[in-house]
Amino acid sequence: MTETSDHEHLHQHDPGHEHPPQPDQDDTITYFKAMEAAVRDLLIEKDLITADQIREKIEQMDARVPANGAKIVAKSWVDDEFKRKLLANPRNAISEFGHDIGPIHLIVLENTEKVHNVVVCTLCSCYPRWILGLPPDWYKSREYRSRVVREPREVLQEFGTNISIDREVRVHDSTADMRYLVLPMRPKGSEGMKEEELVPLIGRDAMIGVTEVTV
Amino acid sequence: MERDFTARGNHDMGGLTAGEINRNEHDYALWEKRVDAIMMLLTNDLKIMTVDQLRKGIEALPPNAYDKMTYYERWISSITNGLVEAGVISTEELRSRMSKVSSEYTQEEES
Repeated sequence: MTETSDHEHLHQHDPGHEHPPQPDQDDTITYFKAMEAAVRDLLIEKDLITADQIREKIEQMDARVPANGAKIVAKSWVDDEFKRKLLANPRNAISEFGHDIGPIHLIVLENTEKVHNVVVCTLCSCYPRWILGLPPDWYKSREYRSRVVREPREVLQEFGTNISIDREVRVHDSTADMRYLVLPMRPKGSEGMKEEELVPLIGRDAMIGVTEVTV
Repeated sequence: MERDFTARGNHDMGGLTAGEINRNEHDYALWEKRVDAIMMLLTNDLKIMTVDQLRKGIEALPPNAYDKMTYYERWISSITNGLVEAGVISTEELRSRMSKVSSEYTQEEES
């Protein structure tokens, strides 16, 4: 992990995104924190894992930030051939960016003037974590998982997103083996912008499909 | 009857009614990231567990526990259960190590 990737953990253009005050460190022990520490201890003691491996995995996880997805989206906006590849074979297209999604299937959903796509995992929390990092809390919440398949337009409105009635809203339910990434529409007013200028416009929520990209 | 076998699972909530979405987010704590890291090591590197086992363990939680526990609390409970079932760790080991970890933590706090 580099300093840069850490600082790229910006929540670009995600309106209403707030962080409650955070304590500096884990300063209480709970039953489940003790369980994690005990299990980790035992696995290390049994020579199954090492503390270094844990640290490496966490560093890999921290390097996965929504800016990675934004770079993929921006490239597809300026490079038609890349976009064609991204939609036809997402696994190969994103491997150009160094992302290896293993045996999992990834589908890229293109938003158009006719269709707006939004992603959920109603059963749990499946998410394209290789590209966007760990999911936001609301993505895993009962409220989002229950409602977005029932009343997607209302849910999108809670995120400040109004999809006109002449556009179809499609909700895609992820599974452990099948993940989705929304390819948002390039916003009006961005015509003259370069690829690297587009990247910071593209927030995590737009790639989940609960918001649209604006200039 | 203890359980209604015709009811849908507690985790199977797609399409139900629910309240407004709380959009506040917390930064993942180190212990939560460690749970995630342990799971990745057990599945990808060691192949002791599968993602499906993790999910099954979480879905098997009693509804009141599922709703009360945080996300990574569900994970570590399912991972631990999987390791006990696989015979990788015993419940006795787990119990004594958890109490050791907790008491060491308390001593550190007081020192």
